[in-house]
Amino acid sequence: MNWFESKKGTAAGPQPDAELEQVLVDFRQSAHAWSEAEFNRPRAVRVAAHSAWRHALAWALGCVVVAGGVSGGIYEHRRDVVARQLAHDRILHQQQLAAQQKANETDESLLANVDTDVSRSVPAAMEPLAQLMDENGTN
Amino acid sequence: MTAQTAEELSAQEFARIVETHRPQIFRFLLASTRDVDLAETLTQECFLKAHRNWSHFRGDSTAMTWLMRIAINLQKDHWRNRRMQFWRQTRSNSVDVDEASEWLPSGERTAEQQLLARERVGQVWKAVEGLSERQRTVFLLRYVEEQDLGDIAKATGLSEGTVKAHLSRALGKVRAELGGKR
Repeated sequence: MNWFESKKGTAAGPQPDAELEQVLVDFRQSAHAWSEAEFNRPRAVRVAAHSAWRHALAWALGCVVVAGGVSGGIYEHRRDVVARQLAHDRILHQQQLAAQQKANETDESLLANVDTDVSRSVPAAMEPLAQLMDENGTN
Repeated sequence: MTAQTAEELSAQEFARIVETHRPQIFRFLLASTRDVDLAETLTQECFLKAHRNWSHFRGDSTAMTWLMRIAINLQKDHWRNRRMQFWRQTRSNSVDVDEASEWLPSGERTAEQQLLARERVGQVWKAVEGLSERQRTVFLLRYVEEQDLGDIAKATGLSEGTVKAHLSRALGKVRAELGGKR
């Protein structure tokens, strides 16, 4: 009497037919044999080593990413500062040029006004004499 | 009896239980997962958990049933966590069905009979793979661990009627797998 037969009529539940019963016995023997072989097989602790290696790699990558981020940030900041300084210098230079130009323009217009004022200081009644003097001067 | 002596006796008893039941727990977990490393890890976790709760074990059921219940819950937790971590690498170390069926003692069979038996065992592994979690657990406890319905009910926390229904459906699927390939 096999195990299945010994359980018939007890709390064994649904009963398989004879052919299926034999397959299930083979299945059980296969599971037992496999389990026994694996249970008694010595195993190397490779999971821990693998895990440590992975941790080291993860740390190294993390450090590279952080260092890259920090140095990138510093570079960007530095570039921004230099650009701002250059822009400031340029604006200052332009302002100086504009001021100088304005100063030059003021001197020239003052002299022009003086010329005009001086030339118009001759009274209208003496205008023909002034013309005469001009003609004599040219001749 | 001093408290220290009682503790020593308890530790000795637990060590004896580990020695006796470890192969069986490992076998159940191996059959459930078909993954040797995972089965080994879950077996260790099972006995670690059992050790932590050893003082609470009142002996209402056998130590084997109690341990099996812990193992079933650990296995459930493992699959649940795996489903939750779907974004992680879904690499599985599960042994192929054909490889699992290689482990069949030849007995007094001819080479042809052995080949046929292996093929059938492979089909059963394949059918087991397609069962629901509960059906698989009930099926393996019944046909690999040779437990009766009462013990299966205690280990799974199901009623005997529910166990019977799961077993019946599981057998139907195995029969269909075998019938379809004949």
